[in-house]
Amino acid sequence: MRSLREVASGILPQLAAIGIVMILGGLLVTAIGVSPIKAGIAFLDGAFGGLNSIGETLLKSAPLLLAALGVAIAFRAQVWNIGAEGQILVGATAATAVVLWLGPMSHWFLVPLGLVVGFLAGGLWAAIAGLIKEKFGVNEIISTLMMNYIAFFGNSYLLHGPMKGPKQFYPESDFIPEAAQLPTILPGSRLHAGILIGLAAAVLVYYLMFRTVLGYRIRAVGDNPEAARLGGIPIGRWVVISLFLSGALAGLGGVGESAGVHYRLIEKLSPGYGYTAIMVALMGRLHPGGIVAAAIFVGALLVGADNMQRAAGVPSVLADILVGFSVLSILISTYYPILRAYLRRRFARVA
Amino acid sequence: MWLDEALIATFLAAAIRMATPLFLSALGELFAERSGVLNLAVEGLMLLGAFMAYWGADQTRNAWVGLGAAAVVGILMGLALGVLYVTLRLDQIVAGLAANIALIGISAFLFRLIYGRLPFALKVKGFTSAPIPYLSDIPFLGDVLFKQNLLVYGALLLAPIAAFVLYKTEFGLRVRAAGENPEAPDNMGVSVPGLRFVCLAIGGLMASLGGAFLTLGHIHLFVEEMTAGRGWIAIACVVFGRWDPKRALAGALLFGAMDALQLRFQAAGVALPFQILSMLPYVATILALMSVSRSAQLPAALCIPYVRGER
Repeated sequence: MRSLREVASGILPQLAAIGIVMILGGLLVTAIGVSPIKAGIAFLDGAFGGLNSIGETLLKSAPLLLAALGVAIAFRAQVWNIGAEGQILVGATAATAVVLWLGPMSHWFLVPLGLVVGFLAGGLWAAIAGLIKEKFGVNEIISTLMMNYIAFFGNSYLLHGPMKGPKQFYPESDFIPEAAQLPTILPGSRLHAGILIGLAAAVLVYYLMFRTVLGYRIRAVGDNPEAARLGGIPIGRWVVISLFLSGALAGLGGVGESAGVHYRLIEKLSPGYGYTAIMVALMGRLHPGGIVAAAIFVGALLVGADNMQRAAGVPSVLADILVGFSVLSILISTYYPILRAYLRRRFARVA
Repeated sequence: MWLDEALIATFLAAAIRMATPLFLSALGELFAERSGVLNLAVEGLMLLGAFMAYWGADQTRNAWVGLGAAAVVGILMGLALGVLYVTLRLDQIVAGLAANIALIGISAFLFRLIYGRLPFALKVKGFTSAPIPYLSDIPFLGDVLFKQNLLVYGALLLAPIAAFVLYKTEFGLRVRAAGENPEAPDNMGVSVPGLRFVCLAIGGLMASLGGAFLTLGHIHLFVEEMTAGRGWIAIACVVFGRWDPKRALAGALLFGAMDALQLRFQAAGVALPFQILSMLPYVATILALMSVSRSAQLPAALCIPYVRGER
């Protein structure tokens, strides 16, 4: 086991890196003529001020957490899945279609079924990118990203056509049966069981990646593909497997949105959760524990920024800028030991 | 008749117009990748360029100022990316994805800050069709090629120029060496980081101009995330073109044609839902890469930061 001190010295530079970016965010807010105190209070109030706010923060953390866990599995294998956005949509679409088709049934059957369908659909959608990488050598960065747009237009087509609810005015599906809806877990807020699924998934992914042969293989393929190949691990197959698991978790996050938040399928189901999830995975250093913390942090950032826009007129996309810079800042913070050694030498010379 | 000559000419002209932003961005990315740096922030650079061009043209009522603003910001952003990729030697894929998110966010932030309160979309004066005298009178060809706007002509001229620079000049030789075998230019006393910075500045400039084309030469508006994946398709053009400027132009024309085709189908009322047609450019990108990726030969030093005396 690593000592507490070691863990702290690993995390502190990253926290400092995020802190610096938040201060820069405050300066930016000041620069556009908004009081940083007013903006900061609006931000904190929106993200944490009361049960409802905390519920909203965790509500947004749930899809980020699930999709980011998926991104981390793929990135660990050096498979650059940036298609979580589409995988979220495909998972939600498939799950909604199946529960609408089945109609009202037992709660204990429909909810798990929806989750399983979303898991499989998201996984299979992502696995396509793995297959065309293995068979045709197509780089997955481009294919997964292109498939986001294909998924978006596919979903849009279904909602304007076959899946449009007869009574809906907008391109939306019918509401799913109550028995298929994820239960609310925080009375007085919209928070649904998706966050619990996310936390359970984090534990499972930790176990999978660090305690099983499957996880070992995925990491081996990523750490040193040449050695893995020589060790008899068929790389292509593991690329497909890691993409499947990756997309499956994102698909699960999509089911959380359709069955836990909207209770139907809508066109703008995800306001870019899939892209933000990549940042969450990187912020958490591709480790399930770090990803849980990063997902809650970014969830708070999104909700706080929304409130800041309402209360102080700061465009809420500030959250995206801060998320991007936080990841860059954390990447740069890996230089901290070098900087410290340098400062120590300087200090020793002066003394 | 649906397929008459005039319609084909309009379609081909639209294909060339839609290929222009892809080609401009792809050309910049090609130089960056040829020098050994994979820059994944093209989409973000295009969006920021699109916004700067819109803002500049709106403030001064002059499209050239907009173009200049996009160019300056593009170069600066390219150099800033150089600090991340070259100076700090961050993982190029990871840093590129993060920078991309930040750049997209900045473009939307600035737009909402400056224009967010307007109840209507404000059109700017951009570049409109500038028929070339005499040449535009040639039947068919004149309609396809010579009634475009100035940015299209400029982009088409850049293809042979870029090929000349890359293959026939000392600078091009060094760039290619930096991407294949960086010890070689280093041993000759040429700074590899310096070359990569220059190529990233070119990449930032060209992507920014590609974005500027969308606002100044196409819809004369800025809309958040209006690039709709074109930055990524530009990266695909580089792969499709196997890191060669003229073949990248062919790729851009192919994807531009897909874009024009889906617009034309929609206008002609083809009995397919518009969403299915809208998928066309993205599906075509994947199919095109399936056809060439096996034979694609990456620059050997792509993604590998150069550290002197290390292999």
